Amino acid sequence: MKFSALVDVRLRGGISDPAGATIERALPALGYQGVEGVTVGKTIRFTLEAETLTEAQTMAEELCESFLTNPVIEDAEVTVEEAS
Amino acid sequence: MTVTVGVVVFPGTNCEADALEAVTSLGAQGRLLWHGESDLGDVDAVIVPGGFAHGDYLRPGAIARFSPVMEGVAKFAAKGGPVVGICNGFQVLTEAGLLPGALQKNKGLKFLCQPSVLRVESANSVLTSQAKVGDELSIPINHFEGNYTCSEETLKQLQDEDRIVLTYVDNPNGSLGNIAGVCNETRNVVGLMPHPERACHELLGSMDGAVLLRSLLAS
Repeated sequence: MKFSALVDVRLRGGISDPAGATIERALPALGYQGVEGVTVGKTIRFTLEAETLTEAQTMAEELCESFLTNPVIEDAEVTVEEAS
Repeated sequence: MTVTVGVVVFPGTNCEADALEAVTSLGAQGRLLWHGESDLGDVDAVIVPGGFAHGDYLRPGAIARFSPVMEGVAKFAAKGGPVVGICNGFQVLTEAGLLPGALQKNKGLKFLCQPSVLRVESANSVLTSQAKVGDELSIPINHFEGNYTCSEETLKQLQDEDRIVLTYVDNPNGSLGNIAGVCNETRNVVGLMPHPERACHELLGSMDGAVLLRSLLAS
């Protein structure tokens, strides 16, 4: 079966996020007040073949831990569902 | 006997000629090691030079770590062979797990290409054995992702084990603890963001990188 995976990569708590901080600092100059907590991450999408949803979820999480993220600085949330 | 230095070349590496020139000018001979070869041949030391290995896609060093040459580098390092990662090479070595921590975007989000002054914090590594603790070296930096970071436990371990070998006198990029270079537990693998190979000739404005590369050639 074919599954689609979405990996939402974020910087871990405590790791400085210079891109997020820079965007946040720029907002008042553009007329946006009160916007806080800006963080910048990345999204990775792919499809994969697996027998079951559980197997697909495990594969995607392994791929995420071994390659797609650097656990020293990044966390990720992996969402897998049956491809439509 | 002439020392042979293997200089690793990934697609996107761009400092291999500088590294070769610098070690040659110091009396060694250099050999390029293509990333697709896992056999390093008969080399006495390895430099993983700067550039944009595999385009820096995903994260700097993330894809380079899977190049066959890194198997050879890891084996060479495990046997005690001296390995130095410069700039992108440092990023590759952290991604490969040969050095702790990670390099993230500079604090000011600017690509920095400028001279920097480094302080030698430990003379107990393959890159600093001929320098003295407290020496200040003028060596340029050239990076966007040079902001060293690691967990608190790792930082404490690095400090306790005297593994922070170089720091910035005036921190340009936000690096934790002003760290410019660290070594592994066995002190034969060193990574640093500044470019000693670009400070080995009078015409380049500084010859302070030579003491570091001479240390490597002597190890």
